[in-house]
Amino acid sequence: MAGRTAALALTVFAAQLRDRPVRFLVAILAIAVGIALAAGVYLVNESALSEFARASRELAGEADLVARGPREGFREELFARLAAEPGVQVASPVLELDAALAGGGSLPVVGLDPLAAGAVQPALYGELAGQFVALLAPDAIALSAPAAAALGLSPGGTLLVRVGAGERRLRVVAVLPESAYGRRLGVMDIASAQWTLDALGRLTRIDLRLAPGTDPAAFAARLALPAGVALAPPRSTEARVANLTRAYRVNLDMLALVALLTGAFLVFASQTLGVLRRVPQFALLRALGVTRRALLGAVVLEGAAVGTAGGALGTLAGLALARAMLAALGGDLGAGYFEGAAVPVAAPPVVLAAFVLLGIATAVAGAWLPARRAARIAPALALKPGAAAAGEPGRRLAVLALGLALLGVAAAFGPPLAGLPVFGYAAIALLLFAAVALVPTVAGAALGVLRARRPVAALALAQLRGTLSESSVSLAAIVVSFSLMVAMATMVHSFRDSLEGWLNEVLPADLYFRVDPPGDTAFVTGETGAALARLPGIARLELRRTVAVALAPDQPLVAVIGRPLADAPLPVIARAAGPAPGLPPLWASEAMRDLYGYAPGEVVTLPLGGEARRFWVAAIWRDYAHAGGAVAIERATLEALLGERRYTDGSVWLGPGVAAAAVVAAARPLLGGGVAFLESTALKRRSLAAFDRAFAITYALEAFAVAIGLLGVALAFASQALARRAEFGMLRHLGLRRRDVLAMLAREGALLGTLGAGYGLLVGLGLSTVLVYVVNRQSFHWSLGFVVPAGSLALAAAALVAAAAVTALVAGRFATAPAVTRAVREDW
Amino acid sequence: MTAPLLELAGVTRRYAPGRPPVLEDVSFALAAGEYVAIMGESGVGKSTLLNVIAGLDRADAGSIRLDGAELTGLDDDALTTLRRAAMGFVFQAFHVLPYLTVGRNVGLPLALNGVDAGAAAGRVEAMLAEVGLEGAASRAPRELSGGELQRVAIARALVHRPRLLLADEPTGNLDPRTATQVLEVLARQVRRTGGGGLLITHSRAAAATADRAYEFDGRRLRPLEGR
Repeated sequence: MAGRTAALALTVFAAQLRDRPVRFLVAILAIAVGIALAAGVYLVNESALSEFARASRELAGEADLVARGPREGFREELFARLAAEPGVQVASPVLELDAALAGGGSLPVVGLDPLAAGAVQPALYGELAGQFVALLAPDAIALSAPAAAALGLSPGGTLLVRVGAGERRLRVVAVLPESAYGRRLGVMDIASAQWTLDALGRLTRIDLRLAPGTDPAAFAARLALPAGVALAPPRSTEARVANLTRAYRVNLDMLALVALLTGAFLVFASQTLGVLRRVPQFALLRALGVTRRALLGAVVLEGAAVGTAGGALGTLAGLALARAMLAALGGDLGAGYFEGAAVPVAAPPVVLAAFVLLGIATAVAGAWLPARRAARIAPALALKPGAAAAGEPGRRLAVLALGLALLGVAAAFGPPLAGLPVFGYAAIALLLFAAVALVPTVAGAALGVLRARRPVAALALAQLRGTLSESSVSLAAIVVSFSLMVAMATMVHSFRDSLEGWLNEVLPADLYFRVDPPGDTAFVTGETGAALARLPGIARLELRRTVAVALAPDQPLVAVIGRPLADAPLPVIARAAGPAPGLPPLWASEAMRDLYGYAPGEVVTLPLGGEARRFWVAAIWRDYAHAGGAVAIERATLEALLGERRYTDGSVWLGPGVAAAAVVAAARPLLGGGVAFLESTALKRRSLAAFDRAFAITYALEAFAVAIGLLGVALAFASQALARRAEFGMLRHLGLRRRDVLAMLAREGALLGTLGAGYGLLVGLGLSTVLVYVVNRQSFHWSLGFVVPAGSLALAAAALVAAAAVTALVAGRFATAPAVTRAVREDW
Repeated sequence: MTAPLLELAGVTRRYAPGRPPVLEDVSFALAAGEYVAIMGESGVGKSTLLNVIAGLDRADAGSIRLDGAELTGLDDDALTTLRRAAMGFVFQAFHVLPYLTVGRNVGLPLALNGVDAGAAAGRVEAMLAEVGLEGAASRAPRELSGGELQRVAIARALVHRPRLLLADEPTGNLDPRTATQVLEVLARQVRRTGGGGLLITHSRAAAATADRAYEFDGRRLRPLEGR
């Protein structure tokens, strides 16, 4: 039986392929584009993460546990304590800093203890064995091959590093071979690094190799460490980076899947139209004795063939796309997470095979319903002349739509799962399916109320009403692609609008400055800050210090911003109701509320200056700058806790009539070259440009989804126009000019386009509320305003209507060629 | 002497240069109120002749006159307008639009000729009664039999009172009894309206219902002997 089904499928498929090669080609292309995008984005993400993980493992070497603290590090006394702990075989102290380079940019530098590192990081440090003595010199540094290449340095060269407001000269004593470390890195002796980079007595990491038989978890559990320092397996660093970028990556994956979903829908549309057009053929096969199951299998296999070709083609294209994207945009596709890292594509065969299978599964899923419809054809009725193609009963689909919509709304209220908006995505999928299932009902109702007086318009309307099954498929293709585009555009526009408003609120001063390049070694001293405040022309100066602390080993670092809190221009969204309990106040960003449960009025603990400090949460504020969370405390409090006065950035309000350039010129001699000034308008412009860069890839993916959707519409119109050649021929006999027939088709296209754009707009706005209030909120932990890009959407809707009309017209031109009059001789 | 309703003189049609013509030097005339059959085997050019007369295909040579007006020099728009007002068609495969009711199918030529809906409804009902389908205006085509569908097509071809009815194998898809009924309706309606009728058929029985008959002899037309 299975053999006969396969033979039948092959016969039907081969005949169709000969008869309608373009239909199959378009369906294959749609799956290929969807798979290519999904595979491309996935491979880029996985390649970037695996590259980062590899680099991370190379640095951690053979450590069992890593003690890690805030970004500023912790006192080195901890090293002596840990090294003496029973169960510790080797302890390797590490100082990791981003050294600000005098020539611009920064370089990650690790300071290692040669004796301990030889045991814990043999791969990295083993390569330096020959330069052991040379590296002990206070100004000696070894560079990884990528760093040496990027900086244009070789052994004997000099590297200028900014430390505080001054510069230090480092001597390159060695360049590590390519195999030692694949990213930019400088390696120094730890004592030299502490001395030269102004980090005396500080460590940022201690790598521990435990004695055989020591359980790392039990060992970590029994140790009492200073506040802000945690012992965790080396993999927690990878998890931290993965967490930092996960929301962005998942969102990109989802966008790529949207393109794939649109492709699947196109297969559905193509197969449905194919089935509707072949109703008499299928009825004949049934009459000749082909079973329902064999017919179902034949149509599903037809879909599988499309999926196999599309999946294979798409996977290969995805691989090429990933290579191109990594080369052009980097591992984070322009979002700025993995700056400067050259990433090779990691594409295991099993992953590639999975994408081919995904293509097949998508196409089979798209073919399933049409196949079921083909199998359910009643032969006697279908073979009757003048029989219209029967569609799925609208009422049953409406009930299904209602059920799906209810489930979708319920899912939208679900909490994040493992920090991801899984229920949010499910809500979008369910609501979209509900919207599609409701298309026949909506189309029937909308077409029912329309009236047309002129014969050509009346014919167009009657045709759409009379062929609701086919019209619904075309309409659904428009609704799917347009609603997703509307949803994405509204979400991105809401984000951009909110960001713009936020920038206007948090940047009220005339001029801003920050240490540049940003790194761990450059800063503005307290004395310089005081001198700066005394400069003529400055009406008000606000100096800030930002440090980073770790509240959980697998979560991104939290920014602690020391700043004057009175009249701070932070957009507060909730304040503590009760009186302050005598603790220093803390303003927490929304991410702190989501990730760590900070709530107004609560008392929280932060590890600062090596101790756990208690604060009172006075307010929650909206922050688009720190996805991992940020808190603002009084600068004086931070200075007191850290025992030092250093600043990383500041705001300047100019006196009346004072030119910014004059103040910058006066400040330069005090600050040196390591500080960048920007006027507020330029800073806002730069921030919005960075936003646009990060979202450029989403626009590209959106465009692909819409293009696939329009391809579906074109396919539907072309397929229908060809099927209606005899009808056009008859109308020409009755006295319709060719342009009347074309006008009728254009009206049908425009009418479907208008309906699709209108309904798609409503559905899209519904989906965008889920994106704005659920997906975005749970992914990035910040809230957005809901702003509809009315102008752009109106333009897109108009373009869609025009595209639908033109598509119908072009399809019609082929179908109404002069020979069409002979088509009246064909039987319908 | 009254001018013929339709007059063809020396009509030739060739689909590609260098290939033999499909029609060669075809001439005949049809008077008002006359019903003429044209016979021939499949592929001899019967339908091409019909398309050339209707202005859906172009003659390479010769003259075609309807009510004395030369058609060969008219452009497509003029031919379409003429066809809309002065001609009616019946096809072998009925070609009734499945998405329109019977009444709207029949009323289509009236709508195209700008007859207002109120007047059109009355004429549609009357025409349906003429072809034996009283009260069928609101029915869907899928509810009708083949014979009934062809009656709908005849009603549609005649509802706007065309000067010329062109029927291309109108009984080819029908059983003999229904075919006889349909042919009777066609002949009766042509004679009633006073226009002309041209029946393309390969059936002698069908041709017998016409006033005169022609037969294709190769690519030319000659009067059928005995008729």
